[in-house]
Amino acid sequence: MAKGLPKSFKKSLWVYHCNSGSCNGCDIEIIAALCPRYDVERFGIKLVGSPRHADVLLVTGPVTRQMVEKVKRIYEQMPDPKAVICVGNCGNTGDVFYEAYNLVGPIDNILPVDIYVIGCPPRPENIINGVAKAWVKLETLEAK
Amino acid sequence: MNTKLANKITYQIPVGPIHPALKEPVQFEFEIEGEKIINVDVSLGHVHRSVEWAGTRRNPIQILYLAERICGICSYCHPMAFSLATERAAEIEVPERAQYIRVIHQELERICSHILWAGVAAHEIGFDSVLFLTWQIREKALDLTEYLTGNRVTKGITMIGGVRRDITKDMYPTILEGMKYFKDNFEKIRKIFLDDKTFKLRSQGCGILTKEDALKLCAVGPTTRASGVKKDVRVDQPYFAFGDLDFDYITPDLITGEINGDVYDRIIVRLLEVKESIDLIEQCLDKMPSGDIVSEKKIAKLLSILKKADGEGIGRMEAPRGEVFHYVKLNGNESPHHWKVRAPTYSNILPWIPMLKGNQIADIPIVAASTDPCMSCTNRVAIIDNGKKYQLDKQKLYELSVEKTRRLM
Repeated sequence: MAKGLPKSFKKSLWVYHCNSGSCNGCDIEIIAALCPRYDVERFGIKLVGSPRHADVLLVTGPVTRQMVEKVKRIYEQMPDPKAVICVGNCGNTGDVFYEAYNLVGPIDNILPVDIYVIGCPPRPENIINGVAKAWVKLETLEAK
Repeated sequence: MNTKLANKITYQIPVGPIHPALKEPVQFEFEIEGEKIINVDVSLGHVHRSVEWAGTRRNPIQILYLAERICGICSYCHPMAFSLATERAAEIEVPERAQYIRVIHQELERICSHILWAGVAAHEIGFDSVLFLTWQIREKALDLTEYLTGNRVTKGITMIGGVRRDITKDMYPTILEGMKYFKDNFEKIRKIFLDDKTFKLRSQGCGILTKEDALKLCAVGPTTRASGVKKDVRVDQPYFAFGDLDFDYITPDLITGEINGDVYDRIIVRLLEVKESIDLIEQCLDKMPSGDIVSEKKIAKLLSILKKADGEGIGRMEAPRGEVFHYVKLNGNESPHHWKVRAPTYSNILPWIPMLKGNQIADIPIVAASTDPCMSCTNRVAIIDNGKKYQLDKQKLYELSVEKTRRLM
């Protein structure tokens, strides 16, 4: 677990997952992190169906032209305080699609990203590490 | 909202592109009368990443890694179909041992993908404990993939003219142990999916695709086999080492004795295919000959062969979702002149319309999921002119097509 994390949390962390045109590789690893082998639900981390309920936004994919407005709207719908995690290399840098004509990303051109999770796709351990770091951010914001 | 009769009003319900029931961006427009679906319209293009265009600016070995990222779940069949097409275009022979190793990886991917699908299907009808059960079994398949290729999802095992890693004798016990694990758990999954009352209630008689519709709309893979159409590239046009192996078409009448073409039948087909894949991997381990695993070990030399090659080739493979088709044209340049991908979901989208018509709104997720759609494989470009979108009708498409033929000649 990340440094600076208290022994017990005040709240459970609810996560909203948004696919902005990814290849599914990161998305299945996110689901794998929720399933019995890694089981993040035991820490209270849960995927929710609406951005209005979420503390953390997980964005995968390189953001295609059609998805830009939708990704922005999802971010705006989330209540403060919030954290954005970019999962996977194509959202971070463009990766193999870097020169493609239909991409507006990387994601940090569109949203303020707090945590970059690298890997193509990242392993579930790495995604969990990213979410734990987002937790630190939210807890520090609350302490202020 | 439009009115048909004075007392009958239909409503339009848009679903997507971002919706909790959808794992990927796709947009539906449903026309609803009460709880019943009258009409469906699907709009695509949210995952278009211009992969084919990028491919014509890279060399074939770089394309292998690009093709792997067309779809994260079919991350083996896309690069493999591309290398089949390139091998044909450049007339490269693949060693026999590599053919067997290719079959093992393909069947392992099929097991992984079908178990993943079973979990998603269970989730769509609200049976989350089955999702967790199946994904726990799937982790074993991922462990095995990691053991054989070094990666969990994108495998990086493909090389033009062979494979990149060998399967040696000392790896056999781990693979066989994995197969035993799947066999032990198969009965458990079969019982849940085929005998459980909840599954039967939700899947029987729902999302029916008749044999005529399946033929007319060119459905592929488990979707069409569940409607009784015997179509499987592995049997029809054997590639790799499939010609030497013992297996057959899987249709739902093997268990129930009848074909309905509903969601239940699609579950049966996928379950039986998992069993068949386990059997195929065991057969491969038995029959695998010794020899090389790649025809040309030096990548620089392989690239110079591909640079000189002039020709075209197609690669057809039976991916977990159906037939995947790649076309490659090499013309003596470093990068291919043309590369075309046709993923299975492309053929499986139109069958959604007869499947969904007449069903209830609550059946949408399970019916849509029953074809195992994969949007990231499928998305194509929509033309936007001066910021104004215009529709491509049949006449316009025909004109464009004729224009392109003239240009190429």
